[in-house]
Amino acid sequence: MAIATDPPRTGAADSALPRRTTRRRPRNLGAWGAVAPLLVYSAVFLGLPVWALLYQSIRRTDPATGVTSFTGQNLTESWHGIYLTAMWGSIRLSLLTAVVSAVVGLVTAQAIAQSRGRLLKQAVLTASGVLANFGGIPLAFCFIAAAGTAGEATGLIRKIDPGFALDTFTGLVLVYPYFLIPLMVLTTMPALDGLRRQWREAAANLGGSAWDYWRHVGGPILLPALLGGFVLCFGSSFAAYATAQALTSGTVPLITTRIASVLSGNVLAGQENLGMAMSLDTIVICALMMAVYLPLRARSARWLDS
Amino acid sequence: MAGLLGRLGRVRWWRVAILTLVAVYLLGPLFSALWFTVYNSRLHQFSLAPYGQLFSAPGFLASVRMTFFLALTTIALEFVLLVPAMIAIQLRLPRLRPIVESIAMVPLVVSPVALTAGVSTVLGWGLNDQGSWLFRLDADLQNQSFPLILPLIYAILVLPFAFRSLDAGLRAVDLKTLVEASRGLGAPWPLVLWRVILPNLRTGLLSGAVLTLALVFGEYTIASILTFVPFAVWIVQDGQGSGQLPIATSLLSLLLSWAVLFLVSFLGGRRAAAVTDRSA
Repeated sequence: MAIATDPPRTGAADSALPRRTTRRRPRNLGAWGAVAPLLVYSAVFLGLPVWALLYQSIRRTDPATGVTSFTGQNLTESWHGIYLTAMWGSIRLSLLTAVVSAVVGLVTAQAIAQSRGRLLKQAVLTASGVLANFGGIPLAFCFIAAAGTAGEATGLIRKIDPGFALDTFTGLVLVYPYFLIPLMVLTTMPALDGLRRQWREAAANLGGSAWDYWRHVGGPILLPALLGGFVLCFGSSFAAYATAQALTSGTVPLITTRIASVLSGNVLAGQENLGMAMSLDTIVICALMMAVYLPLRARSARWLDS
Repeated sequence: MAGLLGRLGRVRWWRVAILTLVAVYLLGPLFSALWFTVYNSRLHQFSLAPYGQLFSAPGFLASVRMTFFLALTTIALEFVLLVPAMIAIQLRLPRLRPIVESIAMVPLVVSPVALTAGVSTVLGWGLNDQGSWLFRLDADLQNQSFPLILPLIYAILVLPFAFRSLDAGLRAVDLKTLVEASRGLGAPWPLVLWRVILPNLRTGLLSGAVLTLALVFGEYTIASILTFVPFAVWIVQDGQGSGQLPIATSLLSLLLSWAVLFLVSFLGGRRAAAVTDRSA
């Protein structure tokens, strides 16, 4: 019955009588006028740079003759030598930190979702928002105070790992979860909040143990959120530049710092467009990740919204 | 009391262990930073001097002022572009929704570094022939004292966050009924927007604005590659030599943005929290 009484929000205008078409057009014209600036703006400030990137990544100027031509050489070279090392460094760092952060973040989110203090929850969520999205530079400096050469906790960490320094791969592995765990908490919290107490009670009433509940009810519902959170952590870690640059000044080979160094002219003549090719590579990798994430998000949303 | 004890009893040890570890990990650097800035280990004395020096540090006020205006421009731009578009989509053009939603997702795929690579290429085109209108536009966009190009890119960068926060706000009110009621009473569109829709979106707009403000203050990647010196770049440049000052600034900016976001989330209750959770 609910279907019959509830008019579909989206199709209401379209299914109106044909007689109304003449009246609808000027009204929709106004609506188009409201959307158009956004579309045009995105085309200019997002579409144009991305198109420039695509175009430049397949262009190359020969330093000897000065002739610019289309070529796949930039893209090929971006997968060789120091550029390949940087790409591997980024992928390794991102996978490692994303796995750790996804697991720790999920457990943390679960603990917070079950706590009843609204104040605590709000404080954690807003703090996560700050750390996950805007930490970058301030975060790097806090870590310099904590674990830098003169840091307060450096001695303690060196007892575990004698060779520890903040401007190494290990250092970045220590720092990155600081903004990835909050990101994981933010992305999985809605799903955890959406797990209804009644479901657990229903499972218990039917004789299921806690394990049965997580195996057949909680787990399958959380899985998309968990994987989605992992993908976002990977992407965020992969795209991070500020933290790495502030901590290592580019001594740890990462794709983002490598792109930035090429963009600032730190490259052989003729290879100027390698930065574009590498940027294109990162876009492709992030797009693949998104292609995994979006269906997962849609799937978990279907269960949690109803 | 009994309820509290019972609740404590049910908390499992592993959860306590993991939460303690996470808390130490997350709070440790903040307390280290605080300790580092207030305690001088050579003189063995406490002092809040680094926080006082902040305001007299060369370039601090200039960079803060510039960043603040960059943030305001970004916020204005973002609202002017998004608010009418999203209202129109909600009311009249629902079939455009997937398109706008995917545009809002693109900045998550195109990382700031990649976007900057593209932008610097486009900016480079304008420099080819001196004296043309394109060259002048290019120079204006890259004015060192107020680089207009930054808010223009930041508006793209905050699209995912802004879209989600506005979307959550719009879904929470029955927009169609509100608009039909006020139109039925004879209110013209601008009045409906100003007196009916915007007040209902207040918390969504406010938290969107605060998130943008924080993002612009923390943004380093784009500004540093395009060689401008707003706040975050200033901290790094200034931080190469001296010890306590950049750390004091960092701690202060983190805590300030958190405090403001926390307050805003209370103004809006649950709705504002939803804005941050769905940010990504």
